[in-house]
Amino acid sequence: MSEILNDETKKVLTTPLVNDNPITLQVLGICSALAVTSQMSTSLIMALALTLVTAFSSAAISSIRNHIPSSIRIIVQMTIIASLVIVVDQILKAFAYEISKQLSVFVGLIITNCIVMGRAEAYAMKNPPLESFMDGIGNGLGYSLILIIVAFFRETLGSGKLLGFEIFPLTKDGGWYDPNGLMLLPPSAFFIIGLIIWSVRQWKPEQTEKADFKILSISHGEGGHH
Amino acid sequence: MEAYISLFVKAVFIENLALSFFLGMCTFIAVSKKISTAMGLGIAVMVVQTITVPANNIIYHTLLKEDALSWMGITGVDLSFLALLSCIGMIAALVQILEMILDKFFPALYHALGVFLPLITVNCAILGGSLFMIERDYNFGESVTYGVGSGLGWALAITVMAGVREKLKYSDIPAGLQGLGITFITAGLMSLGFMAFSGIQL
Repeated sequence: MSEILNDETKKVLTTPLVNDNPITLQVLGICSALAVTSQMSTSLIMALALTLVTAFSSAAISSIRNHIPSSIRIIVQMTIIASLVIVVDQILKAFAYEISKQLSVFVGLIITNCIVMGRAEAYAMKNPPLESFMDGIGNGLGYSLILIIVAFFRETLGSGKLLGFEIFPLTKDGGWYDPNGLMLLPPSAFFIIGLIIWSVRQWKPEQTEKADFKILSISHGEGGHH
Repeated sequence: MEAYISLFVKAVFIENLALSFFLGMCTFIAVSKKISTAMGLGIAVMVVQTITVPANNIIYHTLLKEDALSWMGITGVDLSFLALLSCIGMIAALVQILEMILDKFFPALYHALGVFLPLITVNCAILGGSLFMIERDYNFGESVTYGVGSGLGWALAITVMAGVREKLKYSDIPAGLQGLGITFITAGLMSLGFMAFSGIQL
């Protein structure tokens, strides 16, 4: 185990979690993700599916990286990713039909998820298969982390349940918690992601973006342009 | 006719691809800093969406659907699992062809939209539109309406977003929220606004 988890592997596996998170820092892969976060169960399945697709597509692309002519590499990558997604989609339809119905088109949209393409292009084309596989797992986990946090807040606050188990007893069943319906609607996912980004950047101030304009106080004169 | 109008309004406002299904978010956030570029990308998405959704509809109904091959005398074949691969291939090919046609015959338009076209192949909104068309089993007429409507809705959302962000950069935002954070919160508020249309019954 120790020689598999050498420094490079450990690095590609852990940096995407906080320091270089694909969602909060690179703005990748939020496309198809947020719509499934109103429930924990769908988010977990989605996170698992994306992690596996990213890992295996990175490994596959990296193992043939020296044979792909660069002019058609996008199409080759796309075909590999699409085939893997079809496999995942068929497996879900066969073994978890209910969840695959709820995920509807979003499993298919893993194809255009920027994380998968982004890692294939940025990492797998330049590195050997095992590292690429780990890089895929790492980025998939970074994505999963955000997805699970969002789903946690949306499901507990929105319906008082988590994975179907009661957390807060609802008022309509004689409890004390009045569910916040907004949490089940799309806007809440945007708010929660915004707040997560804010908290991560308070914790790691070096990730903060520079303002285009600085607001100066009156005493400094005209103010305005930086 | 009424059904088509209702479908169109639904695709533009209530089921807005960007704000209620989160599709095309990467480009939605990345390219919405200036109104002019946002509008260019929006129009490009609309054009591509209008072409690809009906094109995928034809492919799906004549080749892939269960028993669709019966016009060739082949029955009992269900190729619908290939829909994902054929949709994305179709989109990539059509975008490439569109780019070549624009370059050859409409150079002015190519200069305005050309830079956005490669971005569009991997835009989730385009693939999402085609997949929704398949899932909801639209016929050809409905797919044309849905293609135009969903493209227009996306273009509208990104243009409005760019307008808000152009003003937003002059405001005093907490350091951690600067940039990405406040953009998400703004998108959430816009999404709330678009949700208001869901009360409209046609």
